[in-house]
Amino acid sequence: MTLHKIQELLNADLITDSTHSNFDITFAKASDLMSDVLAFSQPFSKPDTILLTGLTNKHVVRTCDIAGVCAIVFVRGKNPPSETIDLAQTCEIPLFVTKLKLFEACGILYAHGIRPPSANQK
Amino acid sequence: MLMVLGHHLRTKNEWDRVMRSEILFQQKFKIHGGDFVNAGESSIKIRNILKEIGIDTDIIRRIAIAAYEAEMNVVMFAQHGTMHLLVYSNKILLKVADEGQGIENIELAMQPGFSTATEEMREMGFGAGMGLPNIKKNADVLNITSTVGKGTRLEININLNSKND
Ligand SMILES: Nc1ncnc2c1ncn2[C@@H]1O[C@H](COP(=O)(O)OP(=O)(O)OP(=O)(O)O)[C@@H](O)[C@H]1O
Ligand SMILES: [Mg+2]
Repeated sequence: MTLHKIQELLNADLITDSTHSNFDITFAKASDLMSDVLAFSQPFSKPDTILLTGLTNKHVVRTCDIAGVCAIVFVRGKNPPSETIDLAQTCEIPLFVTKLKLFEACGILYAHGIRPPSANQK
Repeated sequence: MLMVLGHHLRTKNEWDRVMRSEILFQQKFKIHGGDFVNAGESSIKIRNILKEIGIDTDIIRRIAIAAYEAEMNVVMFAQHGTMHLLVYSNKILLKVADEGQGIENIELAMQPGFSTATEEMREMGFGAGMGLPNIKKNADVLNITSTVGKGTRLEININLNSKND
């Protein structure tokens, strides 16, 4: 599924310049814990995983950069501070904001075939 | 005459072994305890260096995760520290040493979920108690030594020719 399609499904706003709307997304993680995001890091470095989170500080972006997560969706309409957006621009990680709650956003993506990365590992 | 560290090397095999363990590249990074603003930057630099060297991307991912978790632990639990990246032709070694509170019970600290992170750190998304387990998972060899009240040392070894998992 393209990032563009995910944006549409979640009725989300893109808040960075970088779009990568043609990335083919297969997996999503949902967490507010940075080490959790790193624990489920894909063994193969393909841009196919996004993160849904309620945390908006810049560590989220840095963690995704390290983990190879290729886009971030902030839930519950939380707009990240400018330093988060700046870092995301530098790392070229697109950021989205959706008004949906974490559970709702996950439900919609799951219903459309997006899966947790662990389900397909090993 | 071949003489390394006081050992005479008689065979070609021994000489090859020494050559293989030669350091191809190394760099030291300073880490400041409590500095959440720049936290993680050393790990990003390390990742970029390894990219430039042309290390396999899966291996870079593992090293970057291990470095980042180790760096964050210094930021969260120590006053200051250093991260030393050593690149050999057959492995990557990360030595992380800090001066800080130290770890009282390493076995306990290694357990997934164990964390002494403060409320403030948890609000930033840290304190899952998964950092050390993540390092272990991504390393081929992990050595931890620590002295309470003094500091902690990690040696993270990742082989370049074998895949873990
Ligand atoms: N360098 C260190 N100095 C002192 N204590 C440490 C150090 N690294 C880890 N610890 C101790 O070990 C515990 C477990 O570390 P670990 O990295 O697994 O989890 P965490 O840092 O608490 O949370 P997370 O890494 O998931 O954000 C820490 O909470 C802390 O008590
Ligand atoms: Mg940690």
